[in-house]
Amino acid sequence: MIGLRCRECGRVYPKDVVFVCEFCFGSVEVDYDYDGIRRVLTREAIASRPPTLWRYRELLPIDGEPSSGFHSGFTPFFRAERLGDALGVRELYIKDDSVSHPTLSFKDRVVSVALSRARELGFDTVACASTGNLANSVSALSARAGFKRFIFIPADLEAGKVAASLIYQPTLVAVEGTYDEVNRLCAEIGGKYPWAFVNINIRPYYAEGSKTYGYEIAEQFGWRTPAHIVVPCAGGSLITKISKAFKEFHRLGLIGEPRTKFYAAQASGCAPIVTTIQERSDIVKPVKPNTIAKSLAIGNPADGYYATKTALESGGWGEAVTDEEIVDAMKLLAQTEGVFTETAGGVTVAAAGKLIEQGRIPRDESIVICITGNGLKTLEPLVNRVGAGVRIRPSLASFEANLAEQLASAAARPSQG
Amino acid sequence: MAVTVRIPTPLQRLTNGQGEVACDGTTVAGILEDLERKHPGVRERICDEQGKLRRFVNVFVNEEDIRFLQGDQTSVKDGDEVSIIPAIAGG
Repeated sequence: MIGLRCRECGRVYPKDVVFVCEFCFGSVEVDYDYDGIRRVLTREAIASRPPTLWRYRELLPIDGEPSSGFHSGFTPFFRAERLGDALGVRELYIKDDSVSHPTLSFKDRVVSVALSRARELGFDTVACASTGNLANSVSALSARAGFKRFIFIPADLEAGKVAASLIYQPTLVAVEGTYDEVNRLCAEIGGKYPWAFVNINIRPYYAEGSKTYGYEIAEQFGWRTPAHIVVPCAGGSLITKISKAFKEFHRLGLIGEPRTKFYAAQASGCAPIVTTIQERSDIVKPVKPNTIAKSLAIGNPADGYYATKTALESGGWGEAVTDEEIVDAMKLLAQTEGVFTETAGGVTVAAAGKLIEQGRIPRDESIVICITGNGLKTLEPLVNRVGAGVRIRPSLASFEANLAEQLASAAARPSQG
Repeated sequence: MAVTVRIPTPLQRLTNGQGEVACDGTTVAGILEDLERKHPGVRERICDEQGKLRRFVNVFVNEEDIRFLQGDQTSVKDGDEVSIIPAIAGG
């Protein structure tokens, strides 16, 4: 890492606590000495390192040793034949962060990086504004790293996510408002108190952690990139960072030129990025979110403009899906591939299905679906929507009476007397 | 009584380190003009050459994003709060 640079006007800043360009208010991004990294970071070097996100260290914004996320990242990447059949495509893969350590969402990547950098910058208190997954991750990782911690969430967040943060005993602040209001409040608090708000005042470092999701896909896919990738969009950062990751690997000579098409997936109750893509506009109009996909319920996405560019410039697109489609897709993924993802994952699978049906994603090219969080975190939307089991008395007679239909196809074993 | 304008940290060195400035005006546009009169240089930071708010600048009147209201023609009255916030939202 050599410093920070404004994405809009190119002004350069030192690698300090700077999160917005002083001149044009554009967001700043970390810049690296790619020529220097190229000499060190070879495929062999990467392959020889432990299976964590830190195997790509030189491309991450810390000066010294990592102090967080020792077991985070390097999540499973696998061929999804049954889901592929269900969607009518030949070559489908899943990148599965639903099992990320320690808090079962891809946020562990960005938080590991943020906390490592926060330590280097001398902070003793960390904080975040969150739709849930980030709160869990900051709570857990900052407990292990020994930081004082303040977590800000919208008060109506799913009970599972709230409990999953409180268990680590942070100071949890439930704000009566939308996520966007929580975020705005935190921007003001961060200006007043010397705390590292991982997704606000040290956001440029934090955001870099998402690149590891992309590095891993490239490495696990055999040092190449897929033809198509469908990515859920909340603030819009992840999709831009996966694209950056592919480009960096190419720049370092690790892979051939990436030609991946990027597709944004959102819920129709909160689709500012998809709308901007479909209108081919460059102005993102904020919306007021109303969807069960609460982890994507960001009406005013900070990276909306860049996410739109990433999709359109790659020749990709974006699609939004209804709450019903989200739950159906969660069930489909679970039934076909045994992966239980949260509502955001349902959004991604459903959007991929739509894009395939529309002919926007061809049926005979490689497709990666990005799963970013675990279904146990969003159980509320499934209540009354996953059916019920069959209730019987504890007798063989009751069993056979109640499951007559299912048993008709299963032959009984000869009696063993 | 006037309108209180909350200044984000990156702009405070243009307002003598003040996080809040009292301004007069009947619309957001008018408030921003008054802010510029009191602290020259601020407007160039938050508006482009055409005078439109830069892409990454959000303005709120009493906690409502002006893009949900009447943009820079949103009316303001004594005692209102106008907040200028860089667009950083995600997580």
